[in-house]
Amino acid sequence: MRRWLRPLPALLVLAALLGAWELYVALSGVDPIILPAPHGVISALYDDRDVLWSSFLVSASEIVLGALLAAVAALALAVAMHFSRALRQALYPLTIASQAIPVPIFAPLLVFWLGFGLSPKLVVIAVVSFFSIVITFLAGLASIDPALPKLMATFDAGPWRTFRLVELPAAMPSLVTGLKLTVTFTVIADVLAEQAGTVNGGLGYILLTAPAQLLTAEAFAAALILSLFAILLFALLTVAERRLLPWAYRPRGDVLR
Amino acid sequence: MRIEAVTRRFGGARGVTALEGMSLRASAGEVLAVVGPSGCGKTTLLELICGLQQPDAGAVACAPAALMPQRDLLLPWAGALDNAALALRARGEGRAAARAQAAPWFERFGLGGFERSRPAELSGGMRQRVSFLRTLLAGKPLLALDEPFASLDAITRAEMQGWLAHVLVEHSRTVVLVTHDVEEAVLLADRVVVMTARPGRAVAELDVELARPRRRTDPDVVALRAQALELLGVGR
Repeated sequence: MRRWLRPLPALLVLAALLGAWELYVALSGVDPIILPAPHGVISALYDDRDVLWSSFLVSASEIVLGALLAAVAALALAVAMHFSRALRQALYPLTIASQAIPVPIFAPLLVFWLGFGLSPKLVVIAVVSFFSIVITFLAGLASIDPALPKLMATFDAGPWRTFRLVELPAAMPSLVTGLKLTVTFTVIADVLAEQAGTVNGGLGYILLTAPAQLLTAEAFAAALILSLFAILLFALLTVAERRLLPWAYRPRGDVLR
Repeated sequence: MRIEAVTRRFGGARGVTALEGMSLRASAGEVLAVVGPSGCGKTTLLELICGLQQPDAGAVACAPAALMPQRDLLLPWAGALDNAALALRARGEGRAAARAQAAPWFERFGLGGFERSRPAELSGGMRQRVSFLRTLLAGKPLLALDEPFASLDAITRAEMQGWLAHVLVEHSRTVVLVTHDVEEAVLLADRVVVMTARPGRAVAELDVELARPRRRTDPDVVALRAQALELLGVGR
């Protein structure tokens, strides 16, 4: 398929779903407060563009900052766990346990502890994404051919040079996979964090308050923006992967891979 | 290089004995081939020589050795030049200095123009040449080659054997070549050591006192090959 035709199937499915939705709202006479039609969402997107845009900027900066924080911290911890067996054994169970923390309970507590500002959002996002990155990165380091470190040993490389020249580059695709896996979760985590309490607003805050004010279309518009942002982040990571790790990238005909 | 009555076991009481009472010597500049059936502990032997393992009994006294692994094990993200220079960077040289030392070898090894090509863009024979160059650049007096051409097709393997024989005449090193290809051993080595199946042990030695370059169709080569196969118990 030609390059510009590749997104076509996804767009066709989207158009069909939107058409069916529009048709259902028009024919069933359902109240737009219960279910707004797609055109109602689009007009809410336009009418409320100022508040949606400023809310988007708040949420987007929280998400990007939180994800970066998580990536840096995860990388540091994974490297430490890679070098120290004791540290790995001590922290691995905790790593898995942290994945099971229910964010809706945890987020309000963080607001108690850290206030209504930026920090509880960053912590929630970091906790949600941090450990998937650690685990995928460690898995990447563990899947390296064991003959390679042996080879490096016969070349007199110490553990650090072996790590820098061989293990770290080999685990980079796993790191990107970890980031791609978590990027959609960071969006949800940010929504939950904002709903636990915020003074800065944000799209999660709109999702919480708009339905209560019967502004259902605005809530749908906020959700739409969040989904598009998640897709954008995923696509950016995919592009970065192709550019920076071409040796690991096997082209396939899909839209986003 | 000297190995005296080395024994190496893996696992506990019900484990495997890879080598038992294995002895081996090579003098400086000698090319020694070790042949044996699969699972006779050939790879264990090389790892003992390279200091990657310690023997359970016996003694290993070796000059520092650099390994050429069975598969090329080139780094898929690095170009051929950086892959060859890896052995230099492993001992702490900077990228530019390591590249500068590796670059002159590329013409000599028939790799000119492929300095920036990633392993996936190179043929099997070229990958093995880069892998060999990497081992050579490690600068160790002893080269431990682990079935270097086993993964190649028959035609490329024959070419590479001729190439390696030529390189070893020009750049003399002490070499321990482990292989299951008897013909390869006779073509390349000064001396061939035949091993038994597990637990591995040297059972015979053949001196290959033939002039180089050797041809695989030379009657002397064919006779020695038959003799080695006989010692391996597959002569008929």
